Amino acid sequence: MMNQDIYVVIEHLRGKTADISYLMLAGARALAQATGGEVIAVLLGHNAQSLANNMAADKVLYVEHPALAEFTSDAYQRTLAGLIAGKEPRAVLFASSSIGTDAASVLSARLKLPLISSCQSFSADGRPICQICGGKIMAESDLPDTTTLLTMTPGGYKPEEGQSGKAPDVIKVEAPSLDNLRVTLKQYIEPEAGDVDISKEPIIVSVGRGIQNQDNIEIAEELARALGGVVAASRPVVDQGWMSTSRLVGKSGKKVKPKIYLALGISGAPEHVEGMGESEVIIAINTDTNAPIFNVAKYGTTVDLFDLVPALTEKLREVKKV
Amino acid sequence: MNVVALFKLVPDLVEELEIDQSGTALNTDFLRLIINELDDHAIEQAILLKERSGARMTVIGSDAEGADDVLYTAVAKGADQLIKLMGDPNAVINNHAMARATAIVLKELQPDLILTGVQAHNDLDGSIGPLVAEYLGMPYVGYVSGVNVQNGRIVVRKEYPGGLIAEMEVDLPAVVGIQSAEQPPRYVTVNKVRQAMKTAAIEERPLPALDVSGGAAIRRMFKPESATRAKMIEGSTEEVTARLLDIFKEIGAL
Ligand SMILES: Cc1cc2nc3c(=O)[nH]c(=O)nc-3n(C[C@H](O)[C@H](O)[C@H](O)COP(=O)(O)OP(=O)(O)OC[C@H]3O[C@@H](n4cnc5c(N)ncnc54)[C@H](O)[C@@H]3O)c2cc1C
Repeated sequence: MMNQDIYVVIEHLRGKTADISYLMLAGARALAQATGGEVIAVLLGHNAQSLANNMAADKVLYVEHPALAEFTSDAYQRTLAGLIAGKEPRAVLFASSSIGTDAASVLSARLKLPLISSCQSFSADGRPICQICGGKIMAESDLPDTTTLLTMTPGGYKPEEGQSGKAPDVIKVEAPSLDNLRVTLKQYIEPEAGDVDISKEPIIVSVGRGIQNQDNIEIAEELARALGGVVAASRPVVDQGWMSTSRLVGKSGKKVKPKIYLALGISGAPEHVEGMGESEVIIAINTDTNAPIFNVAKYGTTVDLFDLVPALTEKLREVKKV
Repeated sequence: MNVVALFKLVPDLVEELEIDQSGTALNTDFLRLIINELDDHAIEQAILLKERSGARMTVIGSDAEGADDVLYTAVAKGADQLIKLMGDPNAVINNHAMARATAIVLKELQPDLILTGVQAHNDLDGSIGPLVAEYLGMPYVGYVSGVNVQNGRIVVRKEYPGGLIAEMEVDLPAVVGIQSAEQPPRYVTVNKVRQAMKTAAIEERPLPALDVSGGAAIRRMFKPESATRAKMIEGSTEEVTARLLDIFKEIGAL
């Protein structure tokens, strides 16, 4: 029979727990308060038990197996399918990430359990609130009556809230047979280092698709130079090959926390905000009044970037000369 | 090798989105639809595979305004077969229903590899790719930005944060969720698309019965209520420039 516990599938990569895991533990606590159950971390790994030590969970279920040393979708799906079907928790939280989303949808189909994706927080009575349409729309759903799978995005809780100084009890769970996996890890390829580490820069001028083409990036570079900062970019700009991957800010790129983050023609999609939302002062230049970037920026303007950026660069040069 | 690319049309975020009377869905009256950007990357990746290894390539999408354009554009880029799934345009649909129905059509085609965007911005019940994979009993890997065929299997580049890549080997048949193609989606001229319209045929297939179980009931949709919305700086370019300079001074950047 279903119980009221909230499970969190812990995400870790090459020996390090991802921040989103702690954030999910915090979210799980909020949900558990509404359902009246416990928060239980689910850790899959090989010699990874010590990762459990600082988790703010009532219990940790640890599945140990050499095939779980590094993430592969097939091994995680098989292990979690048995575990979830056997324990029937109230809900299972996965990260909305390269690891969590590889597992969540497949398990929803395999176990015939409902799935709610891109959940950012829970209401006081335990309803998931999701962020969709690039951050322009929020959707609140009922929590279905059966064990529910959810993928979680950042924004609702803080990683610190999911950490604890007291190590939780760890209960070992038998791994299923993990032979004949259809997906195997061949190797990791390290990211290119790039000429600057944007995560260490105090002033960032970041360019989005609003810049239109590669040649226009020049005006952002000039502004960055006048301000004493560096340029960075959103994903479409990097995907077009206009800037190197080492300059990418966001979910798939770097997390940055500069003193000033100047966003030029960036809409502020959740995947971008994930990488820059904690900057000290965000200034957004975007012609769309409804752009979600204005929900995280401190200052904003809807003046066309092609008018404003050259004017700003010129003024900065004047001021800096004297 | 048989490669299929799946696409879905999603609201264009450049337009203003409105919530309808029910308060639980977007108002579709003025909604402009465009191809899910990541599905466009999936189509590009399929074309690259075709060019490299001579695969046969099919593109599948469901009927909606703009679907024909996407299909003809795909054929102008090199797709071999176009399939449009026809259903009741007013039917309630979610990814679980779409994936179940698409899986039935896919079974017939016996694909070796199915590519689709790793997600769409309006997904609320998971994403199409992994759902289709499980309904077909195939393995799935998502967040992929490169696919190569090697000795009857594929090797994919799976992305992790910070630019880290995991090379994964996957048995075929398989479903892959594309984050980006190895190169940006190519551009084709309107002329080439028009030519394609004259020669290519879109096969219309009835959408099998829809089963939406697996999703959740939406109770309320709303626009984000930010407590910390930006202070907007109004005025001419000169006025905004002057104010920004003051702000730079205030925060000690000058
Ligand atoms: C799994 C996953 C991971 C992702 N990871 C990342 C990531 O790490 N980083 C990232 O950035 N994205 C990431 N994305 C993509 C993300 O969802 C968005 O698509 C992307 O951030 C949008 O980039 P953008 O804001 O530059 O473009 P758009 O959303 O197209 O926005 C362009 C903006 O420019 C404005 N504009 C246009 N012209 C002008 C003008 N003349 N003056 C001023 N403003 C103008 C427009 O109003 C618009 O708001 C990821 C997506 C997925 C699915």
